[in-house]
Amino acid sequence: MKTRYSKEYVLALVAVILGLLAGAILMVITKNNPVEGYLFLFKGGLMNVERVGNTLATATPLVLTGLSVAFAFRTGLFNIGAAGQMLIGGLAATAVGLTFDWPKPVLLTVMIIASILGGGIWAIIPGWLKARFNVHEVVSTIMMNWIAYWTVYYVVPGYFKGEYLETESRKISQAASLKVNWLTNLFEGSYINLGVILALLSVVIVAFILDKTTLGYELKAVGFNRHAAQYAGIHVNRNIILSMTIAGALAGLGGATFYVGYASNIQIGILPSQGFDGIAVSLLGANSPWGVLGAATFFGLLHTGKGFMNAMTKIPPEIADTIIATIIYFSATSILIERSWDRLKRRTGGVR
Amino acid sequence: MWELIVQVFPYAIAFTIPLLITALGGLFSERSGVVNIGLEGLMVAGMFTGVLVISRFEVLFPGTAVWIGLAAAFIISALFSLLHAFACISLNANQVISGTALNMIAGALTTYLARNITGSGNIQIVHSLVRQDIPVLSGIPILGKLLFTQTYATTWLVLLILFVSWFLLYKTAFGLRLRACGEHPHAADAAGINVYRMRYIAVMISGAYAGLGGAIILVAISGEFNGTVGGLGFLALASLIFGQWKPLGILGATLFFGFASTIANVSQVIPAMAKIPGILLKTFPYIVTLIALVLFSKSSQAPRAAGEPYDKGKR
Repeated sequence: MKTRYSKEYVLALVAVILGLLAGAILMVITKNNPVEGYLFLFKGGLMNVERVGNTLATATPLVLTGLSVAFAFRTGLFNIGAAGQMLIGGLAATAVGLTFDWPKPVLLTVMIIASILGGGIWAIIPGWLKARFNVHEVVSTIMMNWIAYWTVYYVVPGYFKGEYLETESRKISQAASLKVNWLTNLFEGSYINLGVILALLSVVIVAFILDKTTLGYELKAVGFNRHAAQYAGIHVNRNIILSMTIAGALAGLGGATFYVGYASNIQIGILPSQGFDGIAVSLLGANSPWGVLGAATFFGLLHTGKGFMNAMTKIPPEIADTIIATIIYFSATSILIERSWDRLKRRTGGVR
Repeated sequence: MWELIVQVFPYAIAFTIPLLITALGGLFSERSGVVNIGLEGLMVAGMFTGVLVISRFEVLFPGTAVWIGLAAAFIISALFSLLHAFACISLNANQVISGTALNMIAGALTTYLARNITGSGNIQIVHSLVRQDIPVLSGIPILGKLLFTQTYATTWLVLLILFVSWFLLYKTAFGLRLRACGEHPHAADAAGINVYRMRYIAVMISGAYAGLGGAIILVAISGEFNGTVGGLGFLALASLIFGQWKPLGILGATLFFGFASTIANVSQVIPAMAKIPGILLKTFPYIVTLIALVLFSKSSQAPRAAGEPYDKGKR
């Protein structure tokens, strides 16, 4: 296992370098200075304590959606529905936060549980459809994304309408926000919130489930070979539903960290891009919890830095998304890198 | 009621056509054995190419610029789809991941370039496609009013492509070979068909069609580019499955989506439908797709080798 991981991390690193290179070439083509661009991009994410805090806050939902996609992947399922699960989780947390007037610790606990349940229940449906009817989860989760999109579109203006705008919910109060004074002060006024701790906890828990428990072993066995797992007496269908549910719960929690942590309201008419970036995070992180943590932090850095770069140069902020997309393409085609790596080794006389 | 149908019909058709051509593209790709989840990105690429070309040429030739734009979208998206083809066919990459990467690249890259050009990321065209009555046919009672009045030329173009595609897939040796690659690539290979080349061609057709679909949205519906086609590519994918990987099935499925979405959009102004909650109308197409998937999954007509990289060594 150890060697497999280290090789995958090398491939991920090469993909990152190639992605950054592609970004540099794009900047040159559009008559911008890539050195200056990257300097401001990384400065924008790391320059001071506040910006580091923002990087971590941006990475928080990415860690959770990345874990969500990675967890499903381990069971051989492709969860493209993290965006929808995130929306429903965020909606559930927002609904609780705007409805009840309890002391902060109680309220936050209930909100977090609501988001986990919301995302989990949303993902049970594609899981069950896959297990019971063999409906491909890629298509069903895409459908669930749009159902979530329209649910939020009608529920928010209908029940939680904002003070000024129909298109967003009321602002959640200080008592219902994952932002807490000591963390905000520690990072000098950044967007960082308790979500970062929840995300770290999730990484540890998911790593523990996957590597140390029977459940994790069974899930991975189903992912490696469904038929062999069935033959070995593992309840494949139950594991598929369970895996999707846990994946959805993680994405739902990601929704809470975004909508009642990073932001302070929920907007209609947007599928959160973090849901799709979760696929990228999971792939770059080799579907391992710690890899996801690293990949999400890196993407969080790119996303936080792009605004500063855009302000200081003429480079459009979408360069960050382009770099991320290119990295994913290179990790999908990593076999090319592997082949050239092997060829290089052979040529230099190294042992294969 | 009749008034209403006459009013809704053109909108439903306008929504159906880009969906139809994109889903047809997906049909070629999947029939050859390559799942193409990147249709959304290919549409965006086509829409972007279209807006760039048309906004440059419409000053010089206002009438024909639209057609130059559509042709450019057709070609550029076919080239863009080579990224997917190369990853899936030559490198045995996971097809769903490669398609997802394609979607992400298209969305991000085009918005980046658009922002570089205009500063805001929005590019508009002045001359959209003109709606025309078809002479003689529009005089037919009932049907004339519904089908042949105020139509876009692209609608007829896409219907022509639908017919040609059907003919190509079911009545020619090329189509037989292409379908064989998606069912039993090893048998096809044994019969002397170059599976890799067939799949490359099929993926490029899917790119060209999806690009055309994206450009049609531009010239017939939106008139501006803002970096997204709002999930229509995914809806085309659903139509492909809903339509059971058959041209006529796809036509039916896309018409269904066209009407369902249009009705949901106009429901507020129709007294009879105003009582139905909007959320039900809007989610209706997606829920029906899920139900359809459940019903069809037992007797799925999916190409057997779709999603599996072809490995010559396993023959």
